[in-house]
Amino acid sequence: MTTPPRPKAARSGPVFDRIFAWLAKGSAIFTLVMLIAILASLTISAWPAIAKYGLGFLTSTTWDPVKEDFGGLVMIYGTVMTSFIALLIAVPVSFGIALFLTELSPAWLKRPLGTAIELLAAVPSIVYGMWGLLVFSPVLSTYVQQPLQAAFGDVPYIGALFSGAPVGIGILSAGIILAIMIIPFIAAVMRDVFEVTPTLLKESAYGLGATTWEVVSKVVLPYTKSGVVGGIMLGLGRAIGETMAVTFVIGNFNQLDSLSLFQAANSITSALANEFAEAGEGLHQGALMYLGLVLFFITFVILSLSKLLLSQLRKNEGAKS
Amino acid sequence: MTTGEMLLKAAALEQTRSVKYAKRKRVNQIALVMALGAMAFGLFWLFWILFETVRLGIEGLTMATLTQMTPPPNDEGGLANAIYGSFLMVTLATCVGAPIGIMAGIYLAEYDTKSWLASTTRFVNDILLSAPSIVIGLFVYAVVVSRFKSFSGWAGVVALALIVIPVVIRTTENMLQLVPPGLREAAYALGAPKWKVILSITLKAARAGVITGVMLAVARIAGETAPLLFTALSNQFWTSSLSQPMASLPVTIFKFAMSPYENWQKLAWAGVFLITMAVLGLNILARLWAGSNKN
Repeated sequence: MTTPPRPKAARSGPVFDRIFAWLAKGSAIFTLVMLIAILASLTISAWPAIAKYGLGFLTSTTWDPVKEDFGGLVMIYGTVMTSFIALLIAVPVSFGIALFLTELSPAWLKRPLGTAIELLAAVPSIVYGMWGLLVFSPVLSTYVQQPLQAAFGDVPYIGALFSGAPVGIGILSAGIILAIMIIPFIAAVMRDVFEVTPTLLKESAYGLGATTWEVVSKVVLPYTKSGVVGGIMLGLGRAIGETMAVTFVIGNFNQLDSLSLFQAANSITSALANEFAEAGEGLHQGALMYLGLVLFFITFVILSLSKLLLSQLRKNEGAKS
Repeated sequence: MTTGEMLLKAAALEQTRSVKYAKRKRVNQIALVMALGAMAFGLFWLFWILFETVRLGIEGLTMATLTQMTPPPNDEGGLANAIYGSFLMVTLATCVGAPIGIMAGIYLAEYDTKSWLASTTRFVNDILLSAPSIVIGLFVYAVVVSRFKSFSGWAGVVALALIVIPVVIRTTENMLQLVPPGLREAAYALGAPKWKVILSITLKAARAGVITGVMLAVARIAGETAPLLFTALSNQFWTSSLSQPMASLPVTIFKFAMSPYENWQKLAWAGVFLITMAVLGLNILARLWAGSNKN
C-alpha cells in the first residue's frame, strides 16, 4: 500500500476526500453489520420457539402445525443425510476432475473444460430442481432404484436402506442432485490448490521415476491437504444451504420412521421454502426461524473452517517459497 | 559367492522389480482412466441438463410467453408479468447493491488492507458469499416484510441486493489489487487527491474486472428463487408497484413446475429455458469480456 503525500488543501478538496473515505469505510462496516443483523433478527424472530423448546427442539421429531408442537430432528436428519450422500459422490468425482485438469488435459483443452465445469456452477438451482423432478427422477426410479431394490431388497440391514416405493423422489435423488451441484465448487477449489504446488517438487518426483498417480497422491495431495479439505468444506456448506433443488426432489414429507434412502423426507431448507409463507405468526413461524438459525449457524461454522483451512495453505506457500 | 549365484540373484531382483513396476504402471493407468471418467461424468450432467432445458423449453416457448400474463390452470397465457418483475427487481437490486459492494471493495484494496476491520470484513464477506440464500430471505422477511405487514417488490429488491454485495466486494477487491502500485504513485506525485486517484486511475484501470464482477452478480441473482419466496412472494397480474407482491420468473417457475397442470409445466419449461440462457449467456459474456480486456 502506498500512502499518499499530504495534498494541498486548496486544490484537493479535502472535504470530498474525507467523504469518499467514509463512504468506503461505511460500506465495509455495512457488511459486518449485515452478518450481525442476520444473526440478531433470526434469534429475535425465533425466540418464541427457543423459549419454549430450548435445545430439545433439535432432538424432537414431532412437527405438528395444527397442535402447535414442533421439533426439528426430521429436517436436520434430511439435511445431514442428503449432504452426506452428496459429499460421498462429489468428493471423488471432483478429485478426478481436478486431477484431469491439472495433470492430464492437453493445454488447449484446459480452459474450455474448466469453463464448462464452472458453468455447471452457474446454472440456477431452480433449473436443477425442475430437471431433477421431471427428467431425472423417473430415470433414477426405473434404472437405479428398481434394480437396487431387486438386488438388495431381501438382504438384512442393507435392504432397509432400499425399502419403500422406488418413485425417484426422496433422500437419494436429493443427494445425487446436490452432488451434481457441488462438484463444480469442490473441483474448482481443488484445481486451484493443486496448481499452487511448486513445479520443482512435482518435477523432482517425476525425475525419480514416479508415475503421475504417485506424484499426485504422494506429493501434490500432502502438500495441498488443508486446501483440499477446505474445498470439500466449501462444497458441504453449499449443499447444506441449497434450497430449491432439494425442495423439488426430496418429497417434502415429515417422517423418520424408516431410514430408507428412497423415502420422501424433508430438509431444513425445503421445510422453510414450503411452509414459511403460509405459516401463522407465533410459534409456527418461530419454529421455522429457529430452523433457519440452526441452518445459518451450521453453515457459518463449516464455511469458517473452510476459510481457515484454505488460508493456512496460503500461509505455508508463503513460508516455503 | 560364485558368479553363478550372483547372476541368479540379479535375475530374481530384476524380476521382482519389473513386477513392481508393472503394478505401479497399472495403478497409474487405472487412476488416470478414472480421472478421465470423472471429467466425463461432470460434463455429462451439464450436457444432459442443457439438452433437456433447450428441448422442452423451446417446445413451450411461443410469442404469447413473452406478451401475455401468467394464466390460471388449463388456460392460455404467458410469463410477461413474471419476466417484467424479475427484470425490475434484478435491475434495482444491482443498482443498490453494486455501488455498496464497489465502495467496500475499494476500502479493502485501497484504504485499509491489513487492519482488523479489513480482515474481519474479508472473512465475513467470504461467509456471506456462500451463506444459504434462503436465510437472507428469512432476514428480509423479519426486517422488512413483517414490519410493513405486506410482501412487496421492495422486500425482494432488498433481499437480492444483499446477495449482490458480497459478490461485487470480492471481485472488486481482487481486481483493484492487480493494478500496479506505480500507477497510483504516479498520480499521487502529480498531486491528485486520493478519491481522484481511485476513481480516475485505479478504478478505471480495473474497470473490466469490476464490470465482470457486477455481471456475475446479476447472473447470480437472476436465478435466485429462495430469497424471493417470502419477500416478493408472487403475483398473478402485471404490477409495476414495488409496494405490492411482485411476480418473478424463478418463483413462477417453482409454482408452475410443482403443479399438476400441463400448461403450467410447459410454461415453467419455457421460463427455465429463458433463465438458463440469460444466466449462462451473462456468464460467458463476462468471461469473454474479462479475457479480452486482460490482453
